[in-house]
Amino acid sequence: MKNIDSIGHVTGRSVFTDDIPLTNGTLFGVVVASGIAHGAIKSIDFSQALEMPGVVRILTCTDIPGENQIGGILPDETLFAEKEVHFIGQPIALIIADSEFNARRARKKIHIEYDEFEAVTDPRVAKEKGLLLFPPRTFALGNVAEAWQKCNYIFEGSADSGSQEHLYLETQNAYAVPAENGTLKVYSSTQGPAIVQKTIAGVLGIPMNHIEVDVRRLGGAFGGKEDQATAWSTMAALAAHLLQKPVKLSLSRHDDIVMTGKRHPYSSDFRIGLSEDLKILAYEATFYQNGGAAADLSPAIMERTLFHATNSYFVPNVKATAYSCKTNLPPFTAFRGFGAPQAMFVMESAIAFAAKNLGIPAWKIQQKNLIRDEDAFPYGQVAQQAHARECWDEAISQFDVAGKLKEIAEFNSATAFTKKGLALMPVCFGISFTNTAMNQARALVHIYQDGSIGISTGAIEMGQGVNTKLKQVAAGIFSVSPSRIRIESTNTSRVANTSPTAASSGADLNGKALQIACGEILDRLKESAAQMCNTEKEKISLQDEKVYSGSTDTGISWEELITTSFRKRISLSQSGHYATPHIHFDKSTEKGHPFAYHVYGTAAITVTLDCLRGRYWVDSVQVVHDFGNDMNPDINLGQLEGAIMQGIGWMTMEEIRYSEKGRLLSDSLSTYKVPDIYSTPKIVECKTLDKPGPEQAIMRSKAIGEPPFMYGIAVYFALQEAIRAFNPAYSGRYDAPLTPEKVLMALYNR
Amino acid sequence: MISAQGIRLIYYFYIVIEFILNEKLIRTDKPGGMPLVDFIRYEAGLTGTKIGCREGDCGACTVMEGSRSAGKVIYRTIVSCLTPLALVNGRHIVTIEGLNGETLNPVQQAIVDHSGTQCGFCTPGFVVSLMAQCLSGDTANLSKMLASVDGNICRCTGYKSIERAVRQVWELTRLHESSSTVAWMVEKGYLPAWFTYIPERLAGIGNQPHESPVNTIIIGGGTDLMVQKADDLMFGGIEKVRSSSAPGIEFRDGKCIIPGTCTVTELLESETLIQHFPNLGKHFSLISSTPIRNMATLAGNLVNASPIADLAIFFLALDAEICLVNGEDTDRFLPLKKFFKGYKQLDLQPGELVKYIRFSLPGRDDHFNFEKVSKRQHLDIASVNSAILVKINEGKIEKAHLSAGGVAPIPLFLAETSHFLEGKEITYDTLLRASEVLQQEISPISDIRGSAKYKRLLLRQLFIAHFIELFPRKSELSSLVQILQADEKH
Repeated sequence: MKNIDSIGHVTGRSVFTDDIPLTNGTLFGVVVASGIAHGAIKSIDFSQALEMPGVVRILTCTDIPGENQIGGILPDETLFAEKEVHFIGQPIALIIADSEFNARRARKKIHIEYDEFEAVTDPRVAKEKGLLLFPPRTFALGNVAEAWQKCNYIFEGSADSGSQEHLYLETQNAYAVPAENGTLKVYSSTQGPAIVQKTIAGVLGIPMNHIEVDVRRLGGAFGGKEDQATAWSTMAALAAHLLQKPVKLSLSRHDDIVMTGKRHPYSSDFRIGLSEDLKILAYEATFYQNGGAAADLSPAIMERTLFHATNSYFVPNVKATAYSCKTNLPPFTAFRGFGAPQAMFVMESAIAFAAKNLGIPAWKIQQKNLIRDEDAFPYGQVAQQAHARECWDEAISQFDVAGKLKEIAEFNSATAFTKKGLALMPVCFGISFTNTAMNQARALVHIYQDGSIGISTGAIEMGQGVNTKLKQVAAGIFSVSPSRIRIESTNTSRVANTSPTAASSGADLNGKALQIACGEILDRLKESAAQMCNTEKEKISLQDEKVYSGSTDTGISWEELITTSFRKRISLSQSGHYATPHIHFDKSTEKGHPFAYHVYGTAAITVTLDCLRGRYWVDSVQVVHDFGNDMNPDINLGQLEGAIMQGIGWMTMEEIRYSEKGRLLSDSLSTYKVPDIYSTPKIVECKTLDKPGPEQAIMRSKAIGEPPFMYGIAVYFALQEAIRAFNPAYSGRYDAPLTPEKVLMALYNR
Repeated sequence: MISAQGIRLIYYFYIVIEFILNEKLIRTDKPGGMPLVDFIRYEAGLTGTKIGCREGDCGACTVMEGSRSAGKVIYRTIVSCLTPLALVNGRHIVTIEGLNGETLNPVQQAIVDHSGTQCGFCTPGFVVSLMAQCLSGDTANLSKMLASVDGNICRCTGYKSIERAVRQVWELTRLHESSSTVAWMVEKGYLPAWFTYIPERLAGIGNQPHESPVNTIIIGGGTDLMVQKADDLMFGGIEKVRSSSAPGIEFRDGKCIIPGTCTVTELLESETLIQHFPNLGKHFSLISSTPIRNMATLAGNLVNASPIADLAIFFLALDAEICLVNGEDTDRFLPLKKFFKGYKQLDLQPGELVKYIRFSLPGRDDHFNFEKVSKRQHLDIASVNSAILVKINEGKIEKAHLSAGGVAPIPLFLAETSHFLEGKEITYDTLLRASEVLQQEISPISDIRGSAKYKRLLLRQLFIAHFIELFPRKSELSSLVQILQADEKH
C-alpha cells in the first residue's frame, strides 16, 4: 500500500501546523535568546522593544506561574534563563506581537548586558574540568585486562564524529488556543505530545487534563522533535494562558538551527586486540559525548552508545565507558540512530586501523567476528535469530564483492587522477526503547454505525509511514477496505500517556496496541454475527467485508453486521494497551535483555574520488537488509534509502562548526549543506534477507527507521581506501565528516 | 548568492500590485517588499507552498512565474521567499493549487507511484519544478528533467524514489511534439484548461499607474538582498530591474555585450554564447540552482561584490569591460578587474548602475575553462573557483587571463601569474613554477568555506585542472601526479 498521505502531499493539501487556519485575534511569538555561550545576565532593557508597533507583551521567567523547568529526563533545563545563560540560543524571553514581522522588529531593540564567563565547547576539556551532565557508565563483558595478554596484535587510537543538524524541512511550530475554564488546546509539531502536555502542565501549574495536545503530522523530525519540540509549544501555551489569546510560535530557519540541539558530537578512544587469526579478543572504548548545556535525552543516547559499542560483532572481552560532558552548546539531542552511529563509527575505525597496520583489508576482520546465535552482547542479552552472517554472506555473493575489489584495483592502477574505493558495513541495531518503561502503547478504535472506522494511537506520522502501516493492521484484522479507515490525529485527550514516536518503534508498539483493540472488537462482532446466523462464534470469519460461516458466505455484509451489532447495543469502541513482553534491564549490573529483537544487514559502498580536486561521488550502495516479513515494501524501501542518504550526509558534507566561543558558524542552509539530488548514490540496490521476522515486530515486519542510517558509515572507509590508492603515505585519521577539504588535504598530506 | 543592480530606469512603486495567482486576478495594496510566499500563504490562504528556509536554498516555496514574451507566456520557477511582491506585477504566478485538477496530474501521479514523497513538506516544490520543466517543452533529455529539481531539497527520501518518478515523467513527455506545449498539457491532463486563456488575460494587466518612490531600493533578482534584508525591504520602494522580455545579448564585431539585467538562465539559453562556450551548461550547473538562476542577474552578481562571485570570476578571465551609467550622464567604461577595489568595495558612484559588460569572444586558438569546488558540488557557494583563458600560438601561450575567487578580499584577476605564463610552453615545469607565482598573489583567509591552507592547495589544484581539462592529450601532464606528491614531501 502506498503512503496514505501521498495524494495530500503531491497536491499540497496535507495540513501541517503552520497551515492551520488561525483564529481571530491570534498573536505571534518570537524568541529572544542569549547572544553569549556562558555568563550572567547583568541587565535586560525591554523598554524600546515594548514601544515598537504591535508589541503586546514580553514574557520572561518571572511570568511563569508554575515551575520554570522543561528537562525531559533530568530537571536541569529552564524554559527561560534566570540569572545565567549556558549557550548561544538559550531562550531568555518571548516577544508577543500582533504579527511575526512586528515581533521580529521589536527583537532588534532589546539590549542585554552580560558578565561573560569562559565557554567550554570541547567534551574532553569539559571532562578534564569535571563538567559532566550525569555520572559515567561502563558496560563490560569478560575480562579485558587479562585478554590483552592473549592478543597477538593490539592497536590504540582515537575517533571523532561530528554533529548533524536534523534539517526537518518544517521548522519547529506550535499554536496554542485557550479554551473555556482555563484549558488549552495546543497544536504542536512534536514527536512526543504527552511530553509536551506534561511540561506545559508543570510550567503553568495546572493539571495535565487541562491541556489537549494535537498533532496531525510533522514535516520531518528524525529525532529533532522528540524532546526539542517541547520548549516552543510550552512558550506558546504560556503566552496563550496568560493573555487568553491564541498564540502562534513558528521558528524561522535561522532561529531553529541556532536554538535547537542536534546529533551529539563524540570524541572517543579505542583499543582493539586480535589473535593471529584475526579474532577480536578484546575491545575497550571510552566515549566522550558532547552533551551540550543540559541533559535533554543525553542519558538515553549515551546508554544506546554503550549498547552498540561492538556493532555487529561478538567480542568476548569488552569494556566500554561513556562520559556525558557538559559544554556551552545547545543541548544535543535525539537523531536517527540515537548514539549508536557514533559507537559504530568508533568500532569500525578500530577495525580499519588494525587492518591498515596489519596490511590487510578491513573486511577480513569484519567477516571473522560477526555475531552468531547464542553469543552474548556486552549487556548480557544473548543473540537470537542473529542474521549478521547471512546478510554478510549474501552481500558478498550477490554483489560479487570480490570481483568488484579486483575491478577497483585494476581501475586504480590504470588512472592517474581518479581512484575508487569500497567498504563494507555490517549493522546490528537493537529495537526497543532502552528505558523499559517506555515500551508501552495504546490505541483507541471506533467503528461508526455506518461501518467506517476511526483509529487513534500514540504514533506520530512524520513521513515514515506509520499511519499507513496502522491502516494495514486494522484493515487486515477486520478484512475491510482500507478506504473505510481513517487514522485520526494524535491527540492526548483520545490516547493518553503516550511514549514519543521514536526508537524505530512507532509501528511495533502502536500497531500491537491497535491489534489488541481491533481483536477485542472483532471478537464481539463474531459473537454478534454468530447470533445473527444461528451458529457458533468459532465458525465465523470476516473476509472481504463479508461474514462467513465456515466457508459459506452468509450474505451478511460488513455494514449490516455493524448496524445490527450497534442496535444490539454491542460496543463498537475499544482501547488496547500493549507492553513489550520479555524485556528488562538492570542498571545496577548493566545487564539484562533490553531489546525485543535486533535488525541486521550489510552494505557494500563504492566511491569515486577526483584526486585533482578532492571531490567525490558515491557510485553504489548495495545492501542486504533484514526486513523480516516486509509488510510494506514501498514504505520500507523509502525509509532505507532515505536513512542511507542521511548517513552518507553525516559522513561527508554535513559539517556543524562552532567557534571557540560557542557560536554556530554553519547557521544557515547556505553554510550547512545536506545532500541534494546530485549527491545521491548512482545506484542504491537493496536485497531482502529471506528470513521471517520475530513475533514482537508488527506483522513480523522489522522496525526500519534507524538501522539503515548506519550503512552510510561505509562511505567514510571507502573514501579512505580511495585516498590511500592515490597517496599510500596517507596517515588515515578517523574524524568524520570527511569533507572535500579533509579529502584534498589527505591526498596531499597536509 | 546573487544580489542585483541593473539599468532599467522605470520605477515600479505600485499603489496597487496586479497579477494573476493561479486562475484568479489579484489586485493588492500590500507592501511591494512583502515576500511573495507570505502573500500566497497568509493573504491568499494557499498553504500548499511551504516555508523551509527563506533563503532560496530548500525549494519548498517554489512557484512558477509566467511572463509575456513575444505573444507567449514563458514559465520559469522562482523561489517565492526571495521574491518581493512588487516584482510579480503583471505576471502569472502558479502555485501547487493551480496545478491541481480533479484527478492527479501525471507528475503528481508519478511521485505517488514511486513513493517519492514521505513527510510531504518538500513535495509541492518538487511538483512545481517538474511541471515547469514539462511546460518548457524541453523534456527530451532525462538529465535535464532531473536537473529541474536541483533547487529542491528533500530530507526524507534520499532522492532515489524521486529519480524514479522523474524518469516516469520523462518517459511520458519525451516524445511529445506539439506546436503548443500548453495545449498538449491541457489535453493530457497536466494542466487545468484555464491555462489556455492566460496569455490574453495577462496582456491586460500590470500596466496600472505607479509613482516614483522616495528611497528606492534597486533590486535585480533579489536572491542575496532578500536573504540578508527581507524585513528592511518590506516597506521600501522596490525598483524592478529584472528584464521581462528578450534578454538582448548582442554579438557585434567579435564582441559579446550582455546587459546587466540578464539572468543566469538567459545567459545559458543563448545559443551563440554556447557556440563559443560549449561547456557553459556544465560550468553553470555548478552555479546555484534552477530557480535561483532564473532570478539572479549578471549585474547583481557583480555589484554584490562577493569575493567568490561565480560570474565575476567567469568574466574576469574573459577580460571583460563593464559599462556603468548614471542617469543622463554618458556611459563610463572600465575593465572589470578594476571594478573590484576591496572587500565589498566597488568603483561605483552613487546612483550609478551596471548597464552591460562586453568582452571579446574567444577565437580558434583561445581555450577557456571554469572550475569550482564547494562542500556540496551543486547549489553551494564555492570554497575556491577559478577561470582561465589561454591563447596558444605555435605551441606557446601567447596570452593568459586567470581569475580566482575565495582567495582574496575581491574576485581576483591573477595578473602576475597570467603574465608569467605568457610566452611559455605548457609543461609541468611551467605549471609548477606558475603555481608558485600564483601563491604569492593570493591571500586567502580561513572561514566556513575552508581553511586558508586548503584554499591555497585547492587553487593550485584547480589551476592545474584547467590545463588537464583544456589539453587532455598532453601526456606530460598526467605525470603531474608524481610531481604534485613529490612537492609535498619538502
